[in-house]
Amino acid sequence: MKIVQAKDIREAVAAMCIAANRELPADVRAAFEAAHAAEEAPAAKEIFRQLLENADLARDTGLPLCQDCGLAVFFVEVGEDVRVEGSTLREAINDGMIAGYKDGFLRKSSCDPFTRKNTGDNSPSIIHFDIVPGDALKITMMAKGGGSENMSRVTMLSPAQGWKGIKDFVVNRVAEAGPNPCPPTIVGVGIGGNFELAAVNSKKALMRELDDKHPDPEIAKLEDELLAAINALGIGPMGLGGKTTSLGVKILVAPCHLASLPLAVNIQCHSARHKEVIF
Amino acid sequence: MAEHHLTTPITDADVEKLKTGDVVFITGHIYTARDAAHKRLVETLDAGKSLPFDLKGALIYYVGPSPAPPGRPIGSAGPTTSYRMDTYAPRLHSLGLKGTIGKGKRSDEVKAALATHKAVYLGATGGAGALLSQRITDAKVIAYEDLGPEAIRELTVKDFPLLVINDCHGGELYVKPNLG
Ligand code: SF4
Repeated sequence: MKIVQAKDIREAVAAMCIAANRELPADVRAAFEAAHAAEEAPAAKEIFRQLLENADLARDTGLPLCQDCGLAVFFVEVGEDVRVEGSTLREAINDGMIAGYKDGFLRKSSCDPFTRKNTGDNSPSIIHFDIVPGDALKITMMAKGGGSENMSRVTMLSPAQGWKGIKDFVVNRVAEAGPNPCPPTIVGVGIGGNFELAAVNSKKALMRELDDKHPDPEIAKLEDELLAAINALGIGPMGLGGKTTSLGVKILVAPCHLASLPLAVNIQCHSARHKEVIF
Repeated sequence: MAEHHLTTPITDADVEKLKTGDVVFITGHIYTARDAAHKRLVETLDAGKSLPFDLKGALIYYVGPSPAPPGRPIGSAGPTTSYRMDTYAPRLHSLGLKGTIGKGKRSDEVKAALATHKAVYLGATGGAGALLSQRITDAKVIAYEDLGPEAIRELTVKDFPLLVINDCHGGELYVKPNLG
């Protein structure tokens, strides 16, 4: 049995929230650099130049990459042989998030859905727990902006629609979203499961590194096919036209009911902020 | 594509010069407002009261900045997605608002209002909030402080870099997706 102190979790989560908002992940930066070189249209090139400069500034000044510091979303894998001491795990994570958003001068974007009154401290965090074998505690944090989240969708396709139906839906979703979710985007796709699992999987898929090839070569091929179809749309960075509408497509598949083909598309903006800590 | 340097307040003649794709640098004062502030602005108009700032010649920036760290006038301050303000924009344009600043597509009603009332929709680079904040030299809350990041602020900007997305002549900068 491993004992983890709630205080240590709080501190790690606070630090993770601040770092996620200030440091553009290395894979995303590398993708910006490649796209900056590949784009021919001056407007598209200029956007990548600005995004690279923005990332440098955020790193050097401590300002967040984007003013929308997002809702704080966590995927937590709790080993069966882990016990948290000092508070509940949920409290430790949420308190750490609150401290990080306060101390890091991050924007608090959580509000009541009816009155629209800001909760004031970005709580509650959205936390997905998974119980796994072993004695490790893995906490992954994503700062998820509203602009790209608003362009995301879940649909229940009919099994007969198959891959063509999936592809059409994903590509049309990105086309319709156009400039709204701050392209270049990363597109998370949850296929199968049920209504809610497809949605969760579409977000979980976004935690993979951009250069991470799907372990199933068939799915890896579908990811490439979708990315090519999306980039053929020509929307380009910020919708100004260009080769780079998305930097990557990440698929997560789960078995589903005989009657359904659930599909979720979670669009992530270029400010693809996430961090991970393991106890 | 031309480059323009404009100082607020913005005039009809300024707006008429602007064409889709032009680069515009704004110097002067602009006002921040997003979802909740717009709702209040319109409720204020409905109640027959006057607004917290003069709409004539004004520019509204759709932004909810992050908190200002010590020693800075403002935190990160990039645009939010504009379509959520589409229901409010035509009315504000009819009262003299000369432009809005945001990111993403506008409705046909907003585009028509730009032509009717000689106004412009300007795009700032989404997700470049740290970079854009460098062109903001001062920020003060002038209304609805309780809305936190959504409060209305008067920003003082110097050469704030923007692109003309929709001009008053019917131009549109965003590319239509090529669906084959
Ligand atoms: S979509 Fe992403 S990059 Fe764009 S404003 Fe929202 S959080 Fe920032």
